[in-house]
This record gives sequence, C-alpha cells and structure tokens, in this order.
Amino acid sequence: MMKKAWKGLVIVFVLLFLYLPILVLAVYSFTDATQIGAIRGFSLHNYVTLLTTPELRDMIVGTLLLAASSAVLATVLGTMGAIGSFYSGKKVSSAISTMNQVPVVNADVVTGFSVCILLVVVLGISKDTFVPLIIGHVTLCAPFVFLSVIPKLKQMDSSIYEAALDLGATPAAALRKVVLPQIFPGIVSGFALAITLSLDDYFVATYTKPATFDTISTYVVNATKGSQTTIKTALWALSTVIFLVVILFVALMNLQANKETSERAEV
Amino acid sequence: MEQRENIIELKHITKTFEDGFHAVEDFNLEVKRGEFVTFLGPSGCGKTTTLRMIAGFDIPSEGEILLNGKPITNLPPNKRPINTVFQRYALFPHMNIFENIAFGLKQKKISKDIIEKKVKKVLELVDLEGFEKRKVSTLSGGQQQRVAIARAVVNEPEILLLDEPLGALDLKMRKEMQLELKAMHKELGITFIYVTHDQEEALTMSDKIVVMSEGKTQQIGTPEDIYNEPKNAFVADFIGDSNIFNGIMTGQLKARFCGGEFDCVDDVEEGTHITAVVRPEDVILTAPQEGTIKGVVTSVIFKGMHYEITVTSGKNEMVIQSVKSAKPGDPVGIRVEPDNIHIMIAEDHTNIFAVEINKNHRLEYNDTVLDTSLTKIIKGSKRTESGTLVDAAGEEIDPAKVKVMAAIGPNDIKMTDHQDEGLIQGYISNLIYKGDHYSYVIHTELGQDFVVNDEYLWNMDDQVGLIMPVEKMTFSVKR
Repeated sequence: MMKKAWKGLVIVFVLLFLYLPILVLAVYSFTDATQIGAIRGFSLHNYVTLLTTPELRDMIVGTLLLAASSAVLATVLGTMGAIGSFYSGKKVSSAISTMNQVPVVNADVVTGFSVCILLVVVLGISKDTFVPLIIGHVTLCAPFVFLSVIPKLKQMDSSIYEAALDLGATPAAALRKVVLPQIFPGIVSGFALAITLSLDDYFVATYTKPATFDTISTYVVNATKGSQTTIKTALWALSTVIFLVVILFVALMNLQANKETSERAEV
Repeated sequence: MEQRENIIELKHITKTFEDGFHAVEDFNLEVKRGEFVTFLGPSGCGKTTTLRMIAGFDIPSEGEILLNGKPITNLPPNKRPINTVFQRYALFPHMNIFENIAFGLKQKKISKDIIEKKVKKVLELVDLEGFEKRKVSTLSGGQQQRVAIARAVVNEPEILLLDEPLGALDLKMRKEMQLELKAMHKELGITFIYVTHDQEEALTMSDKIVVMSEGKTQQIGTPEDIYNEPKNAFVADFIGDSNIFNGIMTGQLKARFCGGEFDCVDDVEEGTHITAVVRPEDVILTAPQEGTIKGVVTSVIFKGMHYEITVTSGKNEMVIQSVKSAKPGDPVGIRVEPDNIHIMIAEDHTNIFAVEINKNHRLEYNDTVLDTSLTKIIKGSKRTESGTLVDAAGEEIDPAKVKVMAAIGPNDIKMTDHQDEGLIQGYISNLIYKGDHYSYVIHTELGQDFVVNDEYLWNMDDQVGLIMPVEKMTFSVKR
C-alpha cells in the first residue's frame, strides 16, 4: 500500500515539475497583472493585445511562414538525400551518413554563425532578401529529415523497388509510385520535426535574419529585455496558445497512432 | 517435333562484385521457347545472381545475354519483356490486390476496361476470384504468392523468372503449388526459369536442370540425366541420396571401391582413378558369403516407405534403402547390379580421407596426432584453457559429430621402405607409367587407396610406408 502511494507521489512531483511553470504562465495570462506576483482580476486583455497589435501579428505570421517554407525545402532535400544515400554504394552511403551527423551534433550557434559568414560576408547576399535566413533554417532541419526517412527506407522490402522496375516502371515512376508511399510516414514526421526546429530556433535566426524581421524566439528575447509591459504580458498569452496548440497536436497524433494499431489488430 | 528456337542465350557470363567475389564464372546456357528450366544449387552458388542478370537487376561483368538473338546485356529491367516472381513476393503493401496486378499493365498505358478484364482473368487462373479489393496484409502466404505470380503473368512476359517462389510456404502448400505452377506453365506456354535449392522440386517440375556450385555450372540436363548420370561427385551428392566412393579401375569393366571389386558397365581405362556413385535404393543386401563385400549393419531407421540401413565394411560406410528391415549387428553381404554403378572419372587424383578428432580434441590419423591447429579448420571455434574445443556459440564440440576430411595431392606423398616412418602403411596394388613418372595406388591397412606419384620404379605388392607432411594437407569440415 505504502509502495503504491510512494509511486503516485513521485509521479505527481515529476508532473508538477514539468508543467507547473507553464500552468503559472497560463493562469497569469488570463489576469490583468503586469508582473508575476499580485493578481488583481480576470482579464482577456492580453489576448486582445496579442491579436490586435500589428507588430505581434506580423511577427507570428512571419515565423509560421518561415517555418513552413524552410520545412518544405528541408523535407525535399532531406528525403532526396536519404534516398540517394540508401541506393548508393556502401562507401558513399556511409560518407553521406557521417556528414549528415555533424550538423545534428553541432551547436546551433556555430551553424548560424558560419551560415552568416559564408552567405553574408563571403558571398555578399543581403540579409534583407531572407535568403540567408531560409538557407540557415534548411541547413538546421534537413539532417533531421534525413534521419527520420532513412529508417523507413531500411524497413522497406528492398525488392519492391525492383519489382516495380520489373513490371515496366521507369526508375522515376518506381520511386514515385512505390518507394515514396512506403516512406511517407517518415517524410511526414521529418516535416513535423523540421517545423518545430524552425519555430524553436533562436541562434541561426539572430545571425541571419533581416534587421526589421523577428521570429517568435528573437522577439521574445528582445521583448523581455525591453520595458513595454503590455507586450510582455501579451507574450504570456502567446506562450499559452502555443502550449495548447502543441497539446492538441500531440493528442491528435496519439489518436491517429491508436487508430492505426487497432486497425492492424483487426487484420 | 519442330525445331524450337532459343529464346534466351547466356554466353560466357561472369559476375564479379565490387569486393572481388566471383558470384558467377563463365556461365553458358541456351533456353528454348516454352521450356521449364531450373537453376539448382546450394545457397551462395550464384543461381540467384544469374537470374538477376537475366532480369536486368545486375549487369554481368563479362559476357553477353541474347534475347531472341538480340543482345540485352545492358538493357534496364523495365525495358525487358521478362517478369519476375520474387522470393518474398515483393507485393506493394500500399495497394490492394487489383492495383498490384494492374501495376504492370498501367505502365504500358493499356485502357481501363482491358486492364479490368485481364486482371479478372488472371485472378481466375490463380484461384483468387473476387480478391480485387482485398489488402495485401489480409492474405495468407500462399495467397500472396498467387498474387505475385498473377502480377507477373498478367503482363504476358516472354520469360517468367521465379526466385525460390515456394521457399516461404509450408510443405503441403509447396507440393500443391508445384503442381499448379507446372500446370500453369503448360497452359500459358511461357518460358519459365526457376531457381531453387530443393532438388526434389527441381526434379518434379523441370524440363531442364542446371546444377550450379560456387558460381560454375556443374551439369545441364534433363532430370533423368542428372539423377542417373551425374557428371561429378558434387552433382551426385547434391541430387538425391547417394553413396560416393573413391576408387580405381582394376580391369575391363571392373572397378574397385569400398573394399571390393565390382563389375560395372562404364568402359574406363584400367588404372584410372574414379569416383563411384551408388544410389541407396540400388544396393542389394545378401547373405554375407553371397555379397561382393561383407559388412555389419550399424543402424536401422524406419522411414515410412522404407528402412534406411547403414552398413559398415572396413572403413567404408554405405547407406541402403530397403523395404526389408535388418538388425544392427547383423553380418550382411552387399551386391550392386553393374547397371546401377555409376562410374565417373575423378577430376584430380587428390587423396581425400577422413581424419579423427581424439578425446584431447587433437586431429589424429591412424593413431598418430597431426600437428595442426584445429581451431583454424573449424570456423569460429576456440580452444579453452583446459584444452577442449568449443564452437562459435561456446558449446563443446562433439568429436563424434564433426567429420574432418583431409586432402593431399599425389605429388606430396613420399613412399619409404622404412614403414614406421610413414603415417600409414600399405602395399602397392597398381602402377601405371605416365610418361615422366609412375602413378602408384597404395592399398592401405585401413582399406583406403592412396594415389602417389613417384619418378622411380617400385615393385607391385611392395610393402611401403607413406610419408604425408601435415603442411601439405588441406582440411575441411563435413557435418
């Protein structure tokens, strides 16, 4: 009996440790408090500010657009790289895999800084074109797409590609009609990973973004240093919204996975 | 019968992989239209590689493949009128049965209603009517195999390649499918090239069998040819059960092997080193005095259709299939009809003999320990501190279960008058002058004949010792 109680206590502690900070923020986002501490009353003014301030709105939309476009590019590149590496000879394949590991392990700050040096300083591309920022984020995300696609290729029965060729499909058609559908789950999870990585990124963005543009991360860092309290408290609301979206996303993913396993069980 | 043209010809095909492994060496084959040809051999013999080169998945390093007389050696697989049934079916898991079968037709841009008709017809052929909408994962192994066959056949290929298609099925299902495939071959009239390691399957189904080993063709022939007239010891050993003995021709239509002199029907020159093959069902057990050789029954196993009786005669062992039982320990005679002894001229005169592992886990022959490393002979084995030998899995090796064969060339053995210096003793039972040297046959005390080349003349019936240096021997493990 005691043992069970202990177990429960530990779990409660861990969960509190994980979620309490976010919950505190969420609670405060619905008040008119200007700083954490004194609550005066319930208010939605943080959410109103969040949705009505053009600066905040542009920043959110811009971040989402950046994440979407760099994730699409990274997914295309990462998937192509994975397929290319998978069908290459042993030496080429292991060389590509090793090269792919480096950016994954490498610190983001180094990636950001070196992308900035190469594109902006050496090649002279202006930061205002968004090119350095997008290339930076693609560099950040593509290796992770590669890593999530490769296992799907390895799981795939390698003879189905040959079977497609055997039945008269050109290599391109075989890739499109047989290989891609097989590795699609890997591509989707790679894409999702790329979106989160891009949204999360701070270092690459600070080095490569145009001066007038801000992602959520860079904006939040600057705002917390600044003195505008209405903006600061509006960011509590933003954090809460992001948190809820993430919870919704994870719940949906789990539901989908459950559905798939039960379908398989029926078979 | 009309003269049928060759549909496919393989000329001097060699495939060497990047790591230098020769998968196939100088492979030649002609297949006639409508034939059922089987590539038969143990795993790793190059049969699947050959099939893949015909399909176009692998390109030969050397040689040429002709289809209807035109070279297709470097043509990609999608341009060849050849379809394959894969070992593990290789169905597309994300498509239903209809889409799987229609895949090839869709690539050819055939109209929808024709595709539907053809798919329906081929599903009838493989007894899967009404399965169009089913998912691949809902089918049993046998059903998936039928779909794989239907998917290939629906394209009306000129050649159908089948890569061990029945390997994943259980025995009963396999037998059923064998007959169905054979019937399908008749009905469709397509040329079948079939790959298997199952000799029974090959004998049942084929018009022509290509026996392969280590990348080389061992024999090409009809099932009857290959069973009754194996060209070498490998084929004899691989096809069916057989007793194989090294021996020597001792006279006109007379051969000595297994410790006796047998009459035979193969006219081979006297003194030729031979390999004799006797099928277990052709051995006749008699009373001891009536047999060509005498022996003792060592084991009897009931096999349903017959008894499998093992008889030991001297150092030789013979397996016999008989409908009559015998008791272990019975003294018996062994006789074989001359017609049933198949004599092959031995490719080389290498002396092959069994050596023993003694209780100290050392190699031994004729009670003499051979100074060599047993761990190098048995792959993955290790010697523990106490001196016992363990295999790769760490289990102790049972000397009774591991058979080690030693081989030594006739030029590496020296004869000596000082018999004790020899590893084994015997008398000279035959000698032939071979131009620049004499080839002797020494009949040893253990009942085995050794061939020894020597430039000096020795006398018939001389008692000699044979000096056989261990470093000149090669060893192999037989399980």
